[in-house]
Amino acid sequence: MRYIEQQAVVKRMNGRLIANSIFKYVFLAATLVALVALVILLYRIISQGMGHLSIEFLTNFASRFPEKAGIKAALVGSLWLMLVVAPTSIILGVGSAIYLEEYAKQNRITTFIRMNISNLAGVPSVVFGLLGLTIFVRAMALGNSILAAGFTMSLLILPVIVVASQEAIRSVPGELRDASFGMGATKWQTIVKIILPAAIPGILTGSILALSRAIGETAPLIVIGVPVIIQFLPAGVMDTFTALPMQIYDWSSRPQPEFQNVAAAGIMVLMAVLLFMNSIAVIIRNKFDKRY
Amino acid sequence: MTTIITEKTTTEEVNDSAKKAVYETNQLNLWYGSNHALKNIDLEIMENEVTAIIGPSGCGKSTYLKTLNRMVELVPSVKTSGEILYRGRNIFDHDYGVEELRTRVGMVFQKPNPFPKSIYDNIAYGPRIHGIKNKKILDEIVEKSLRGAAIWEEVKDRLNENAYSISGGQQQRICIARALAIEPDVILMDEPTSALDPISTLKVEELVQELKKDYSIIIVTHNMQQAARISDKTAFFLNGEVIEYDQTDTIFSNPSDKRTEDYISGRFG
Repeated sequence: MRYIEQQAVVKRMNGRLIANSIFKYVFLAATLVALVALVILLYRIISQGMGHLSIEFLTNFASRFPEKAGIKAALVGSLWLMLVVAPTSIILGVGSAIYLEEYAKQNRITTFIRMNISNLAGVPSVVFGLLGLTIFVRAMALGNSILAAGFTMSLLILPVIVVASQEAIRSVPGELRDASFGMGATKWQTIVKIILPAAIPGILTGSILALSRAIGETAPLIVIGVPVIIQFLPAGVMDTFTALPMQIYDWSSRPQPEFQNVAAAGIMVLMAVLLFMNSIAVIIRNKFDKRY
Repeated sequence: MTTIITEKTTTEEVNDSAKKAVYETNQLNLWYGSNHALKNIDLEIMENEVTAIIGPSGCGKSTYLKTLNRMVELVPSVKTSGEILYRGRNIFDHDYGVEELRTRVGMVFQKPNPFPKSIYDNIAYGPRIHGIKNKKILDEIVEKSLRGAAIWEEVKDRLNENAYSISGGQQQRICIARALAIEPDVILMDEPTSALDPISTLKVEELVQELKKDYSIIIVTHNMQQAARISDKTAFFLNGEVIEYDQTDTIFSNPSDKRTEDYISGRFG
């Protein structure tokens, strides 16, 4: 006896084919909703901000007058911030990932640590701001300097970098480790010569995406007490500063309607920076990507 | 398959008394956690011979091979007792550096596992980690190793290409060349042809015959004809024990244990 009746199959075929094409359009619609929202957002920002975007906008300091307001201090401040955040978070993050993946024994404690690193990545950024305020600004007396903000941002994105680096290191095939150890290489030689070169695209992509999150974060900076109106450029990491999202936040909360346009221009600058960083991540991934 | 006709093309009359043992295994036991994987192994492996280890899956043959260069310790929760003397020295001694052992004992793995680097850098990897920086010396080592693995002619114009750009059989010979580049004394091979096509397999087998002049080779294989073709001695493992260890001719023509006979005649395994 046959379990599958040919006639019943044909009878059901129509419904299956309809469902098949319906779901195609459901998923297409889901994609379009996101795309349309993005296009509207971009259109609004560009149409508002385009008029304000000029060389002077990039080279002027903040001002009470919308037509004179510029983003110089914030742009330079954000770059300074990255100068602190990038080395701190990448060194600590990749170091922890190497330790957890290559050295740590597999036991309950390391499993617990791993799990909580992933959880940390989900902690709201304002909480990290409070942590930074307590430790760096007050306890270590760094004030609202670039260093204090940089350390806070590093803590914020550290879990993301650790998790991304762990994934990248884990995806290096075990056979490559075996081959290296089998020739008498030490663990450190194996890590430096085999594992890190193979994992570097994943590590850098994850790190740059994490950095672009840091450059757009506002909440921790507000909590730390980073000022908005600054009429000078920082000379070192101990100076106070302001950052792009702070400046945008300030402009968009001002009563004069012209400042909305200034804020839109600021958003365009921030997005350009983000786009630039993300494209670096893509280039690195394509350039270093190796197959096994 | 009831009988296996052993045809060994290059078997010279072996005089055992003139040869020295590279490995003497005495009462080796090994546990993965609570799983007793190797039980009271006693084996003496001679230099400049090909020793084959055969047995069904899970019998401990790969485990034993990986114990010989202590790669097995990469598995967490491994415990051992007993001793393995390599050239008279117990490899489990606390002052025996595992890196030192592995420069004397090369390994070729089941699946070709070249590094995602150029062919040249693959071969030069071993010498470099042991501190050789001179480009001229490295060049010579690379050529010598590739010639030793009988692949020089095929890749000499492509040394800077990625090792993944060549075929699987060539990759495996690159891996053999890479093992030769550290100038080992012993080469361990863990089913080196199981992922290769018949022609590549034949090339690797011929190579093994060639290499035993200069190296002692211990090869784990699933393929009994292969063991019969290329080895001088064969050890039959079953459930973590050595059932029989003898000249390959004897094992395949006149085994003394019923279980060996059953296995090589294909009645189980």
